[in-house]
Amino acid sequence: MSDLSLSTGAGARYHRRTLQRLGYVAGAVLLLALALVVDVSVGPGNFSLREVTGTILDPGSYGSKLDVVVWNVRLPVAIMAVLVGAMLGIAGAQMQTILNNPLADPFTLGISSAASFGAALAIALGISFVPFAGPFLVTANAFLFALATSIILFLFTRMRGVTIETFVLVGIAMFFTFNALLAFIQYQSSETQLQQIIFWMMGSLARATWTKISVCLALLALVVPICMKRSWMLTALSMGDERASSLGVPVARLRLEMLACISILASTAVAFVGTIGFIGLVGPHIARMLVGEDQRYFLPVSAASGAIILSVASTLSKGITPGVIYPIGIITALVGVPFFLSLILSVRRESWR
Amino acid sequence: MSLTIKGLSFGYRHLPLFEAIEATDIRRGEITAVVGPNGVGKSSLFRLVAGLLKPQAGAIVLDDVDLGALSSSKRHETVFFLSQHVGMRAALSVFDVVLLARKSGRGGRASASDIMRVEEVLDQLGIGMLSDRPVTDLSGGQQQLVGMAQALVRDPQILLLDEPTSALDLRRQLEVMELVQRVTESRGIVTLVALHDLGLASRFAKRFMLLGDGRIAADGVPHDVLSGDAIEAAYGVGIHVERVSTGTLMVDAYLRRA
Repeated sequence: MSDLSLSTGAGARYHRRTLQRLGYVAGAVLLLALALVVDVSVGPGNFSLREVTGTILDPGSYGSKLDVVVWNVRLPVAIMAVLVGAMLGIAGAQMQTILNNPLADPFTLGISSAASFGAALAIALGISFVPFAGPFLVTANAFLFALATSIILFLFTRMRGVTIETFVLVGIAMFFTFNALLAFIQYQSSETQLQQIIFWMMGSLARATWTKISVCLALLALVVPICMKRSWMLTALSMGDERASSLGVPVARLRLEMLACISILASTAVAFVGTIGFIGLVGPHIARMLVGEDQRYFLPVSAASGAIILSVASTLSKGITPGVIYPIGIITALVGVPFFLSLILSVRRESWR
Repeated sequence: MSLTIKGLSFGYRHLPLFEAIEATDIRRGEITAVVGPNGVGKSSLFRLVAGLLKPQAGAIVLDDVDLGALSSSKRHETVFFLSQHVGMRAALSVFDVVLLARKSGRGGRASASDIMRVEEVLDQLGIGMLSDRPVTDLSGGQQQLVGMAQALVRDPQILLLDEPTSALDLRRQLEVMELVQRVTESRGIVTLVALHDLGLASRFAKRFMLLGDGRIAADGVPHDVLSGDAIEAAYGVGIHVERVSTGTLMVDAYLRRA
């Protein structure tokens, strides 16, 4: 490759752009690490960064109180923010790819409405469709309904032909059905239940636990290799169905496989922390601006962008008013939108060009 | 060494299209033009050869190998179908999409020789200077040239080009067809080109296959097909053909009024 980097031809320029794209991937990962450190060190209780890092590296070194704060509260919340952000970033990137539409997000096809309905059902009526769910009733119900929507979507598209139109039309039907059912539950429920439902929907990282973190990690470990293995197919899909199939991409099968991946990521995310919009839409957009749609770079940068946004939002949700932690769903959009708009204004040309 | 279409039948749900089509000895190293009016099934025939549609009966055979028996990845390595559709909306550069076409389904990283082949084809098509540009920035004609580059870098055994010059200016039409001719001859591949411009087709093709009414209505050297009755019947026009002093055919079509 050394002779290529010396030449000035198209191949050499491609080689340089590849290095630049790798640079963006590395930069995003570094920024994410920084965001994570800041998130852990900020919070009620005014502990110094040294005390916090010391407790992380050597539990117990600064007393049991700090141990509890760091290991039971701050770390799970901060790591959960990173993992959920990455899951939503990946799910959004793939949803935009399979629908060939940059306005899609993981919740476009009704997954979040279904999850909200499932959660509301559990909160208002105590009805569970999962036996022995106990304290996990709300989470389990939300997950079950989100997954059921995806399965319905899956079956419909199998019957009707795996086209973007079928996906979108059935998805819209799901979206409105569950929104209506959710409104019905809300109308029927008491004031306290209503408040609980609304709070659940706003999303909260306070529900983070180490168990949930392991589940998220396991899912990412499952889905990311699946996506990376199909990266050339997914990149080819962005050139349109016909060109992709000429290149040997099994378009219909790829769409269904990706729908399954998206569903499992988005359902889990929404069940664990509630509806956090915006990230699944904007994370991939930032990635597209920085590295383009070559999935080998698009996927990791989408994941990292999503994770960074949610991590920063998590920090700010604790930092705005001391002692108050605002629902993450609200903060994400409030923080993310100005950032996104400034990015659109400052980046005249996409940097990968 | 040639391509044979044996008793090929195909139809969409309520629209039978082909009834036992036969075409023998479609030679390697020659361009064969597939002509016929809109909706007669030129693109569908290409999709059948490319394996993107399944025939209801019949077979497509290249040098004694039944293409239907090949694995999907082998099939797509052997045949490339460049569709008529031009637009690409991906956030990818010209070099990205052409290199992707070369590597697709073949696994592994792009080697130095892959990159050199892409560079070479882009230069042959006169779009080397566009290599860094996003495909979305290109004009229709430039996008069509990128599609052609994707077709050529795959080095297929069978090249199926559906209206590859529809968005190109006069000079580019001739240049692209000349390049296709050169590649076809030097690599000894089977090239089928669907063209509406019968004059352009007759300049580069050694053989005309006229599709009409679910069958091959005429098949032979360009002059014979162009001066026969079948082509006038298929298009519903009068056609006057004349060999001009340069040796090429002039095709003059006119509407016949009752």
